[in-house]
Parts: sequence; C-alpha cells; structure tokens
Amino acid sequence: MAEFTMPSLGADMDEGTLQEWLVRPGERVRRGDPVAVVETAKSTIEVECFETGTVGELLVEPGRTVPVGTPLALIETEPREPEKPRRKPPRGRKPKATPPPEAIPPPLPEPAPAGVQESPVAPPPEERPQHEAVPLVRRLARERGVDLETLHGSGLHGRISRSDVRRAAARQPRARITPLARRLAGELGVDLSTVSGTGRYGAVRADDVRKAAAGPATALVSDRAEPARTAAEPARTADDRAAAMRRTIASLMARSKRDIPHYYLSTTVDMAAAMGWLREHNRRGPVGERVLPAALLLKAAALAVREVPALNGFWTEDHFTEGDGVHLGVAVSLRGGGLVAPALRDADTLALPQLMARLKDLVTRAREGRLRGSEVSDPTITVTNLGDQGVESVLGVIYPPQVALIGFGRVVDRPCAVDGLLGVRPTVTATLSADHRATDGAIGARCLTAVDRLLQHPEEL
Amino acid sequence: MNRTEAVDVVKESLAQVVPGADLAALRPDDAFRDALELDSLDFLSFVETLSRRTGVRIDDEDTPRLTTLSGCAEFLASRTE
Repeated sequence: MAEFTMPSLGADMDEGTLQEWLVRPGERVRRGDPVAVVETAKSTIEVECFETGTVGELLVEPGRTVPVGTPLALIETEPREPEKPRRKPPRGRKPKATPPPEAIPPPLPEPAPAGVQESPVAPPPEERPQHEAVPLVRRLARERGVDLETLHGSGLHGRISRSDVRRAAARQPRARITPLARRLAGELGVDLSTVSGTGRYGAVRADDVRKAAAGPATALVSDRAEPARTAAEPARTADDRAAAMRRTIASLMARSKRDIPHYYLSTTVDMAAAMGWLREHNRRGPVGERVLPAALLLKAAALAVREVPALNGFWTEDHFTEGDGVHLGVAVSLRGGGLVAPALRDADTLALPQLMARLKDLVTRAREGRLRGSEVSDPTITVTNLGDQGVESVLGVIYPPQVALIGFGRVVDRPCAVDGLLGVRPTVTATLSADHRATDGAIGARCLTAVDRLLQHPEEL
Repeated sequence: MNRTEAVDVVKESLAQVVPGADLAALRPDDAFRDALELDSLDFLSFVETLSRRTGVRIDDEDTPRLTTLSGCAEFLASRTE
C-alpha cells in the first residue's frame, strides 16, 4: 500500500488545493498517469501518479487545501511477486518471451491517439502489471476503459486477446465523468453524452467539457475562456490568486538571494547570421510554422548547457546533482502579473520547428493554467527572455534548487566592429547568473561562449 | 475588403489571441502591441490568425505595418484589392 501525497511542484510550494480527482477508487493507475488536478498559488496542474496499482480510498475532498506531503489517496501497489500467480506461466518463463503468434495483433485499425494519455514516464519493467496481455492489447484496454485484472483471457495460459477486451468493453457502461466536469457541464449547459473524454479510460474531464462548450474550434477563444475559467476557479478571486502568487514569488526569491551566492557573466552576441537564417526560413515556410528568435535562443542555450553539465541540475544538501536531461525552465509572464517557469523537456534534442511548437503550446497552457506536474517540478535550468519587454539585458535570480539561469535581452541593432570596419549588426546580450557554490566563473564562461558560437551557425541548431 | 471590415477582422483576431482584452478602448492609432501587452509569441499568433482569416500572406517584413488598427486596416485593404 502506498500513499499518493500532495506533491511539491517546485521549491516555492508549501501547500496545494485539490481541485479535481481524475480517478475513482478501484481504478487501476500506472506510474505517470495523471490522477488529480492540483491548484497551487501559481498555477493549476495535472499531477501524475508515482506508483502503479489500484486506487484505494480517496482521503481528501476536492476543494480542500492541504500542506505538501499530506496523503491524498491510498494506492494499492502491485506486489512484485504475487502469491497466487493467476495467469502466470510456469516459473522461469518470462511472459513476454513466449507470446503465441496469434496473440500478436496487427497495428490497431482504429487507433484513438487523441483519447490516449501517454504516460510521460515509462514504468520500469518490474512494475508492469502481471496480466497476460501484450502491449497492444493493454493499449486497447486502456482506450476502451477495460480493467485487465477483471478479465479472464481465452488464450493459451489465460492470455488476454483483443477480442476478450472488445467483449468486455461492450459490456461496460459508458465512460465515467469527473465531478468537476459534471458540475461544469451543468453550468455551461453541455450535454455530457456528446462529449468524448480524454482522461483515463475515456473519462470525461473538465477540459473536455470546456472544449465542448466552446463549440467548433473556429469559435473565438474569448467566447469560451471567460465562463470556463470562472467556473473552474470558484473558490479564489483573481485578486486572491495574484496576492498568493506574489507571496510565493517573494519567499522563493528571498530564499534564493539569501542562500545562493550568485555570480554574473554577460556577453554580446552577433545575431546577423541567426536573424538572416530565420528570415529565410520564415519566408519559405507557411505562416503557421514560423520560428521566432526566442526559439533559436532557447535551442542555443539548451545545447550550451549540454556542453557544460555543471550548470544543469540542482544544489541540495551541500552537493550538486546533475539533471537527467536538459529541461529548460522557460520563464512565462502571466497576464495580470506573476510568472511561472515550466519545463521545455529535453529541449536540447528538439528540432527547431518542434521546439517552437512546444514553446507555443507550453506558453498557452501556462497562461490557461493547464500545466502538468512533470513540467513544473523538474526544470534543470531556467531561461528568461525579457527582449519582448524592451530591455537589453537581464541578470536573473536563480530558481532554487537550480544552479544557473540564462538571460536574453532584446535583439537590437548596434554599431559593431566587423572585419576592422564599423558596421551595424543585430546583437543580443546573453547573461548567466550562476551559483558560486556549484561552479566558478570559468565554467560559466564556457556556457556563454558556447551560446555565442552556436548562434553563429543557426542552420545547425 | 474595405477598412471597416478589415478593422473588424483585426479586432476579432486580437480577441482570439488575448481573451478578455478591452478592444473597445483601443483607438485606431494606438500601438496595440504595447496597449494589450502582446509578447512576440502573442503577436505571432495574431499574425497567424489574421493571415488565416483573411487569406493574406503576412511576411516578417510586413509586420512593421501591423502596429495599429489603422495600420493593419490599410495593409489588409491594400492586399485584398
């Protein structure tokens, strides 16, 4: 039995409000599945489960605010070695090693990718459920909302086939609806039988209702955003929220300046090559695939950080731990004040158009309050880009327990010495704030020179 | 597209990008990027939306003309003649 507790979604979080459960008691969850919506001072976040098992009792009602670490629900975890290996083949044989040929189905003819919540974290092999079902059958079961534990497979050794799952799905009642979704549907006048769910097992979630209320995608965003937002956040007024966010930022930044001995570096980068390349790229492609200078700067920062891993990670308990991958925290200012810095995960591995698309998506969701737990809890370094605010440089305050922050100002034309002559070039000032406990200036310098070098070859970014 | 139609489609596009923006208070020659606090991502989605709704391709070079309602209207009117 494990406890699902109120997670710490960043160093600035002391408590959170459980807004909505996305699962019900008795439902099976896998590690990485979103199970609850939690509202923090800064944002509304879908929180993923860290265990694989069955949801037991729900301990906290929606609407309650509890400190970080408070148990929210019990999860009955799967025993590693079940006492009664119901559908296990004779010992010593791995289930996946001997699937009879007929149990390997061809690719699903009717995949429903929009309805599948892919877990961001693949469960380690030993935590896999013990059903005798190949992955495609498991996926079908997830899509159709069938609990494999309750099924008796008709195949060899009780193996579950796709037709077993389909038969079970046909017997099931219609997909479930989360409580918040039901309330919203009432308020917005949405017929729930017309809404297709995107939650686990096709559960209809609040977001699905909001989307349905908004009608076709061509409707004005402003038409839908207002009623939906107010309905979803009845407990807090915008002023309360802004004040709470101010307080969390205040305490985190004070802690940063109290604990972290910052050092600052800065360099001016010639952006002629980068801007020229961007202009060409944007002229050739469709308007929807346009790339902004911000995406180039983020990619250069991510690659530079990969070269200097001592800046990418966390300082906790007097030592540095390197991050597993480059997850760039992107500082996003919110309308009405405040900011969040959700992670652009594995930013160093994304091709530019992909990075641009992810950036748009992340910023939109940050402003709508629809971030996921993994995005807010684990940025390994933050990048802030204040160019849009018209300033030429920013020396940022590090977000603990991270150890560095890269800042970019506005791309601005400046007189420069070019090949012994005076020329006017677009330039940007890149800065680094770093934790002197974790690194020294020489290490930091390597990062900024790498940013400069990378931006001279935009085609390789 | 005449100027009135153009102003309407510009306002609709802005409303889509900045839900809840006070467009009624926006005067024809106000620089709306500042007035509505659009960052570069917002402005890009405005350009995408406007381009999609009007069928006019808008290049980076055109964006300096898209700073005010009247500037946008003039630009759209000239491209849809």
